[in-house]
Amino acid sequence: MNCTDLLSHLSDYFDEQLSPRLLDEIRTHTAGCQHCKVVLDTTHQTIEVYKGNEIYEVSDELRERLHTAIMSKCLAKK
Amino acid sequence: MPAIQSPATEEIHPDVALVERAKAGDTAAFEQLVRQYERQIFRVAQHITQNREDAEDITQDAFLKAYEKLDQFQGNSKFSTWLVRIAVNESLMRLRKRKTSKTVSMDQDVQTDEGSIPRDFAEWRPNPEQQYNQAELADILRKTIQGLPPGFRSVFTLRDVENLSTEETAEALGLSVPAVKSRLLRARLQLRERLSRYFRKKQEDQPA
Ligand SMILES: [Zn+2]
Repeated sequence: MNCTDLLSHLSDYFDEQLSPRLLDEIRTHTAGCQHCKVVLDTTHQTIEVYKGNEIYEVSDELRERLHTAIMSKCLAKK
Repeated sequence: MPAIQSPATEEIHPDVALVERAKAGDTAAFEQLVRQYERQIFRVAQHITQNREDAEDITQDAFLKAYEKLDQFQGNSKFSTWLVRIAVNESLMRLRKRKTSKTVSMDQDVQTDEGSIPRDFAEWRPNPEQQYNQAELADILRKTIQGLPPGFRSVFTLRDVENLSTEETAEALGLSVPAVKSRLLRARLQLRERLSRYFRKKQEDQPA
């Protein structure tokens, strides 16, 4: 496996869609390639940091306002 | 090992019963569905349009549309996926209206590989949460995702922020599974590259 191959399998790697054989090849490659190791690690961190931080907060106040508006619009259509 | 897991295949989703009741005219059942998904729909709309007022309107319109079209929901997909699809379409329509001179579609700017080829090979140390406080971090994440073309932003939002499966994301966006996978990869790589500017390990030996 070379660096380009690794990149093409990157998403499947994070989505746990890889065969044990490919997973093994990726581990072998990253053990000897610092660039790919960093890309793998920091892409993982990218996904995690977006998952772990709510960047558009929906406050209770906003949620209530939305909820009331939605329900009154829908019930008006009945 | 990556910590991301796809949801296990479930038997009958609890929404199925709620949808059936709502179809039969039970507004309390519909209201429960609204409660379950109003926040998610708002976030999706906000991510795609990058505008809070638009996102509020879209959330209301999307649920209204779902309510009106409930009979057309066949149950081949999850109710939530169907709802997200309505919200995505409303969001894209809103974007088109806003940028009258420019067509906005899922395909915009996704042909290019620009930014998807890794150039920054610095480690992120200490980790982002240690480098920035929560408000700063949210600001960086917002700014960074805003820079992505809508076609990438939507895929990344549904898949990695809202945790839809690849298949659900494809369905919600009207894309093929391979198209979702390819966009997701490039979205992740572009975000990684842009975030590296903020999170990369500072070189101590460099003069300040
Ligand atoms: Zn490599």
